[in-house]
Amino acid sequence: MTTRYVLVLAGILTLIGLAMFVYKWQVLGLPLDDKQETPTWTVETTISFESGPGSISVNLQIPTLTPGFATLDEFSVSRNFAFGLNYVGADREAQWTVRRADGSQTLYYRIVVYEDPDNEQSDITPPLPIPPSINEPLRTAVEMIVADVSEHSADAASFTAVLLRQINTPSPNSNIELLLAEAGSKAAVVRQITTVLASARIPARIVHGIPLQDQQRQVQPVPWLEIHDGDRWRYFDPDTAIEGLPDRFLIWWRGSEPLVRVEGGSSVETNFAVQRNLIDSIAIAEHRADVRQSRLIDFSLFSLPIKTQAVYSVLLMIPIGALIITVMRNVIGIDTFGTFMPVLIALAFRETQLVAGIVMFTLLVSLGLSIRFLLERLRLLLVPRLSAVLIVVVLLMLVMSIITHQLGIEMGLSVALFPMVIIAMTIERMSVLWEERGAGEAMRAGLGSMIVAIMAYLVMGMRWLEHLVFTFPELLLIVLAVVLLLGRYTGYRVSELKRFKALIATK
Amino acid sequence: MFRNARLLREAGVLGINDRNAEFIMRLNPRRFFPRVDDKALTKELAIKAGMPVPELYGSIASQAEVRHFPDIVADHDSFVVKPARGSGGDGIVVVTGRSKRKAASYRLANGLLITGTEIEHHISNIVGGQYSLSGNPDTALIEYCVQFDPLFADVSYQGVPDIRVIVYRGYPVMSMVRLPTRNSDGKANLHQGAVGAGIDLSTGRTLRGVLGNDVVDEHPDTGALISGLYIPQWDFILQASARSYEVTGLGYVGVDMVIDRSHGPMILEMNARPGLNIQIANGCGILRRVRRIDEIFDATADPVTRARVARQEFSAEMQGALALE
Repeated sequence: MTTRYVLVLAGILTLIGLAMFVYKWQVLGLPLDDKQETPTWTVETTISFESGPGSISVNLQIPTLTPGFATLDEFSVSRNFAFGLNYVGADREAQWTVRRADGSQTLYYRIVVYEDPDNEQSDITPPLPIPPSINEPLRTAVEMIVADVSEHSADAASFTAVLLRQINTPSPNSNIELLLAEAGSKAAVVRQITTVLASARIPARIVHGIPLQDQQRQVQPVPWLEIHDGDRWRYFDPDTAIEGLPDRFLIWWRGSEPLVRVEGGSSVETNFAVQRNLIDSIAIAEHRADVRQSRLIDFSLFSLPIKTQAVYSVLLMIPIGALIITVMRNVIGIDTFGTFMPVLIALAFRETQLVAGIVMFTLLVSLGLSIRFLLERLRLLLVPRLSAVLIVVVLLMLVMSIITHQLGIEMGLSVALFPMVIIAMTIERMSVLWEERGAGEAMRAGLGSMIVAIMAYLVMGMRWLEHLVFTFPELLLIVLAVVLLLGRYTGYRVSELKRFKALIATK
Repeated sequence: MFRNARLLREAGVLGINDRNAEFIMRLNPRRFFPRVDDKALTKELAIKAGMPVPELYGSIASQAEVRHFPDIVADHDSFVVKPARGSGGDGIVVVTGRSKRKAASYRLANGLLITGTEIEHHISNIVGGQYSLSGNPDTALIEYCVQFDPLFADVSYQGVPDIRVIVYRGYPVMSMVRLPTRNSDGKANLHQGAVGAGIDLSTGRTLRGVLGNDVVDEHPDTGALISGLYIPQWDFILQASARSYEVTGLGYVGVDMVIDRSHGPMILEMNARPGLNIQIANGCGILRRVRRIDEIFDATADPVTRARVARQEFSAEMQGALALE
């Protein structure tokens, strides 16, 4: 009956633990591996200009909707300038203002983004454009182009593709030559294309984006074409007529407005620099949870101060150690001193390193043990004797630290990290066992404690496990479930198979 | 490994996890533990129930009382000092006599002489809790030293052999005699090196012995044959053991008895967590007998009836255990 309760409880705990784990792993994207890092891109816009006599106002178009990317952080660096963000329709502008400034000024706007394939956000369906009023003779040319392209196309997308192909042929027809006669830059060409598309009543706009590559100091925005086919926005390469966005293309702003408007300044220069960084995936996941308004991560360990986090990364391994102890004692059947003493020794090993830890622990216990036997002759009462052992242990630690330091073995200093009360208790228990049950028994239990401590140390020292438990503390619910199940394990211990061998032989 | 586990399971051998989870936790309510963990209380309850126990000379419960020790033992040449809440026989000192020359010296069971101060130090250790289960302050009991029956003279080395009976829900199910050896320092605990020999419940005759985890036929120190001894007053021993159910309220208990030369069988102590080596000593798992008791359990049966049922049910031959022949 109780077994069934335990099974159900363990099942529920496992389920909760697994569900939370899978949610945090799959949905929030917390990494299983601590080496997992996500590339982030820092794009920095530098605006430099000579300030004029009056007040200055600088407006910079900044990214709003960025398919394929999500914003992690953005900030501006600008001395003396007041900084603000304006929402202009669906777009955003960064605005710096100052009443007076002298000499040349430099303003920085920096945005940190990471690739997020899920981010396909796009703005609303635009109204059908009003046919633009164009002056002759360009008007006739545009009309002829529209009529010509319409003949070769079926819908908005194919119209655009055909139009772009015609524009990009090595020998375009006279109408197109006329259309592009005054278009000096590539952006101007795309602007003219949007005019043609508007005449064909296809909503279209120019898109300016930054191609993100490893490390670039001087980048200029690349114009791209965006049309709406009545259903969704589609992107076209204005040069090749191929649909789609280039890889890692961060859309900076849309429309034909200039990137920067500076009032009260001259000789404006704008530059983009791109820097690739690797940021811990955890930071990204935290941000993602923030966007999704998931409370789960608010209550995670990452919200604690760093120092507390460090404490917990050790503390959370203790349940793992307890699991090891449970298995070693109840399934294998190894004798240890005290129930959880080996875990505490294992924790000390983390600081001292394994070999040095074993050597120092053995040395300390054997020295303490011999002194305990000396004290035995003095016939002290129990509590004063324990205190005396404790004091001697502290002194021994001190002596060991000083001697090893003098010998130049810095490792010896870490002896101070051993929990000395634990050592004193070990010495006391071991000496009682020694007297009562003989040296063999005492050695066996001592060795058992040491073996279990080493096992616990090895498992608790696994970096990936530590990361896993720290990132997904809910996994401890599964550990709890396993321990509960072990609590109902009524089978033989491995040591008992040997112990009762005589009973097998008689069968 | 798994094959061995299966064979053990088939032989009905009780493992420690199973004992803890299915027997102790289920049958032995925690609140009754003091009745057996505190030997002073056990003694009191046993006397009330009319069970024979070694006479208590005195008890020492605080450091201040330790100096009364010589007064307590003034009239007794031999006595036993034991912690009331000790476990596994730790902390027990058996004094068999006094030195002829030095008045304040005591002779131990192993022939060594110790001074009164040494015994008093030992007592103060007991009172300080060195031997108690939880390390809490304890009481030292000073009681009658059993003069064991000459029957066991050949098969024990300095010390008192005792008889352990496992009582399940009031029915004796398995029994063994524990014989001290030189290694066990006169103590009758198997894990301290004493020899255990199973007892055929129906006849009270000893079976083969076991030392550690191995089967032995002879006592390691005296060389005498262990098996084939008939335990005297066997009926009385079984009845007294069966009575422990009423006395302690525990459903799974180990009753330790000794046979005194002049007073007959006496209850030394009871144990709520009896060890499992008794199965090795009997060459037989305990689970089958326990299941049999579950089948025939009768809540109205009195201890005498239960002892009789046990004698009928559990003979060594019927169980196919290690018989002598």
